[in-house]
Amino acid sequence: MSVALPDAERVYAELVRQLEPLVTPETGMVGIQTGGAWVAERLHRDLGLVVPLGTLNISFYRDDYASSGLHANVRPSQIPFDVNGRRLLLVDDVLFTGRTVRGAMNELFDYGRPESIGLVVLVDRGGRQLPICAQIVGATLAVPAGAKLDLRRDGAGRLSLHLEPGG
Amino acid sequence: MARNLQLNEKGELQHLLTIEGLPREIIVRILDTAASFVGVTEREVKKVPLLRGKSVFNLFFEASTRTRTTFEIAAKRLSADVINLNISTSSQSKGETLLDTIDNLAAMHADMFVVRHAASGAAHLIARHVAPHHHVINAGDGRHAHPTQGLLDAYTIRHYKQDFTRLSVAVVGDILHSRVARSLIHALTTLGTPDVRAIGPQTLLPTGVESLGVRVFHDMREGLRDVDVIVMLRLQNERMKGPLLPSAQEFFKCYGLTAEKLAVAKPDAIVMHPGPMNRGVEIDSMVADGRQAVILPQVTFGIAVRMAVMSLLGGGAA
Repeated sequence: MSVALPDAERVYAELVRQLEPLVTPETGMVGIQTGGAWVAERLHRDLGLVVPLGTLNISFYRDDYASSGLHANVRPSQIPFDVNGRRLLLVDDVLFTGRTVRGAMNELFDYGRPESIGLVVLVDRGGRQLPICAQIVGATLAVPAGAKLDLRRDGAGRLSLHLEPGG
Repeated sequence: MARNLQLNEKGELQHLLTIEGLPREIIVRILDTAASFVGVTEREVKKVPLLRGKSVFNLFFEASTRTRTTFEIAAKRLSADVINLNISTSSQSKGETLLDTIDNLAAMHADMFVVRHAASGAAHLIARHVAPHHHVINAGDGRHAHPTQGLLDAYTIRHYKQDFTRLSVAVVGDILHSRVARSLIHALTTLGTPDVRAIGPQTLLPTGVESLGVRVFHDMREGLRDVDVIVMLRLQNERMKGPLLPSAQEFFKCYGLTAEKLAVAKPDAIVMHPGPMNRGVEIDSMVADGRQAVILPQVTFGIAVRMAVMSLLGGGAA
């Protein structure tokens, strides 16, 4: 079974279009490493957000730690603003089971109590295992459960989607 | 050759007993993970849920308030339950053997043992004995090893100096009795430090110390010339009563770190000490409180490094 993958740059443009009317100077944005942080970096710049961008590395909040151990680290989480009372946009590249988003929300609450959290994803591939849904979705794709859908970024900063069929 | 007791069959950390023989990738992984935990300790909630539901037993057969406390804080910041046992005043004094004590604690569903013992090899003995789902961290065994101290020293050096492959590091004082020095020297050489120096009187340097990859100096001014990092070791009071040293005053004159001796090192050299310090014996107060001292940051980094070790040990099906 083959899945036609959309152009990630077009999907990204769609995200910007949907977000433009929603953001304010007070909006805080947080990207989940690594793919979500790439998307958030672009959005933060293109939407002209003034609150500095935050990034989350949810290794310390994963629910598979007891079976898989600590995942190889990328960069530490960094939330360079006060979370308390702020409206937050949480950004990820691919929404799948919902477990990453749950971990990210748990971590965010250890920084403080936000006013609200909205979920922004480039691609929703279905397959949810938790009651989580995104408010802003660039594209919806039906991807077989075992396949791996990845976002990549080239040297020029261009985003692209890649699918590896599952074994 | 026997399998490295510290690693499981997949080459992952199973126990932390000594830095000697630990692959470079694992040391770097511990330091990288610690860097992520430094940020956690600066947040509103200074805890992560990794070890929720796990029990960490601090087994201190030898007193050490600071090391025990930092392990306790580290475990609590990982959401573990911590049980402190001061064994010197407990069952051992009633004649129970070390391994019987361990079996009893394992029956209480301990997940991790942090062991401090006056006998070299005590943590190894326990690691060899326990079931695969138990993990052992050596918190100092005799004169042998104190790996988390060596790792936190390495972390501190990397924090201030970044690249080990360009550094000159001097370790000064009682290296003979120091498990801290031994662990740090192994960490530094494994991480590719080209110039590690051991400075001290002949009587306080172990014979054959050069085989660890260090250069030996008996003259402190000569040894400190142009170094980037100075690690002062504690001169244990009980040693001064023995035949190895004339007196504390004499030791300070030759091997105490003063501003005047520090001036021989690079101008941006950092001064470290594993604590507790003997001011006026191995280090002058002016230096200990001076701008080049990073002795208190070492303590802070120590918590993050111990969190890193525990979190790497505690996850995954062993």
